[in-house]
Amino acid sequence: MTYDWDPKCYKDLPHTAIMDRPTTHIKTGVWRTYRPIVDKEKCTDCYICWKFCPDVSILILEDGSIEVDYDHCKGCGICAEVCPVKAIEMERER
Amino acid sequence: MPKMVITVNYSLAYGAKLSRVEVVAAYPITPQTTVVEKLAEFVANGEMDTQYVKVESEHTAMAALISASLAGARTFTATSAHGLTLMHEVLIWASGSRTPIVMGNINRAMAPAWSVWADHLDSVAQRDTGWMQIYAETNQEVLDSIIQAYKFCENNEVLLPCMIMEDAFFLSHTSEAVDVPEQSEVDAFLPTFDPPEKLDVDDPKGFCSLVMPDWYMEFRYLMYEAWNKAMGVIYDVVEDFEKKFGRNHGALLDMYKCDDADAVLMAAGTAAATCREVVDDLRSKGKKVGLARIRFFRPFPTEEVRSLAKEVDAIGVLDRSFTFAHGGAFFSEVGGALYNSPAKPALKNYVAGLGGRDITPKTLSRLFEDVLSLPENGTEKEIEWVDLKDAPPEEVS
Repeated sequence: MTYDWDPKCYKDLPHTAIMDRPTTHIKTGVWRTYRPIVDKEKCTDCYICWKFCPDVSILILEDGSIEVDYDHCKGCGICAEVCPVKAIEMERER
Repeated sequence: MPKMVITVNYSLAYGAKLSRVEVVAAYPITPQTTVVEKLAEFVANGEMDTQYVKVESEHTAMAALISASLAGARTFTATSAHGLTLMHEVLIWASGSRTPIVMGNINRAMAPAWSVWADHLDSVAQRDTGWMQIYAETNQEVLDSIIQAYKFCENNEVLLPCMIMEDAFFLSHTSEAVDVPEQSEVDAFLPTFDPPEKLDVDDPKGFCSLVMPDWYMEFRYLMYEAWNKAMGVIYDVVEDFEKKFGRNHGALLDMYKCDDADAVLMAAGTAAATCREVVDDLRSKGKKVGLARIRFFRPFPTEEVRSLAKEVDAIGVLDRSFTFAHGGAFFSEVGGALYNSPAKPALKNYVAGLGGRDITPKTLSRLFEDVLSLPENGTEKEIEWVDLKDAPPEEVS
């Protein structure tokens, strides 16, 4: 059984909260108040932010550079705090 | 059917064995201990084909059973008092996961004051966890209720867990004659557990998943709908059980001589057994009294209570626990059921037998007389602590 996670009413739901896919499709990034902005010029690809991010929201791209997964980043600012070259700034979300 | 003379603790163990329980996870606690000892013996002797998980706490026992049940196994545990209250968090996980776990709880008073005797507070405190609650009267009822419970809990329209309560020592350590059905009879009555979804490594899914505020309420409503369906399913199972095994312990509210009664006492557990004797005695003296035994506290028998209210002038509600609300929990809920009912008999609460104190025929006889007098004397004293030592005894000269 697969679930259509576009239910129109409670009758479309499974009997309990079962997901047929990982929860990554839930965009928890909307909870964010501050947005990390990576300065690609300053970034040295050391991946310390990737290691420390508590929400697996620093992605390493194929070319080795990093990108923030804004669908899931909660804006905690740990990446900006641990960055040794201050390449990440936290900006207030509008 | 062979008759055995066994305690309720062995009724629980035989009930689980006859139901072909596949996973047991349990932690010993007085007075429940011999339940899990007997189950361990069955497993060790090869009499039960069961995974017996030894755990470090009741919290883990319940967590292990939720996983096992999600994987499609029939599951059982038993506990008492502090063990049950330690499970509180995971009890809510069990009902929310819609895992039809069946559990025995030997009702034991909560401390302090330290106690190992009968009192319903441990389970009454779990009333909002989404578990069905049966308060049993006899060792036979317990064995039968386990078999019934798997049938109505595992119904795919229901999928809710059930705890079956037994008064400490009055049942847990008292032997009674119990008809233990043949395995073949139980097999013919109880189908194998087949939930709509199972944990499966070849077809992985996320269970107990995150749901945002836009759909959480709808999942709770699905449970509410299952509760409403459960009541009908319970009636069907009780009827089927009687056809197959010839025994009926009542459905949600178990009525005894209520048909033409003027006054009815509502009670749960072993106190109800004493009530039956007292009802017979008072009836022989021409007093029209009856017993309405609260067999299920969840789902609550609202319609049954309203029907009863139409027939009688007064209802007394006996609580063997106190919840520090306006009155005892059973009393509050009976009163709540009657508020929007057209018939409102006089209603009074009797708090009795806390911490295992005997509720004697003499005491119950006085309570029945008191309920009979309510229409005339009124319910100024709405909540009575029965046999309370509220003054020093008079000196005998």
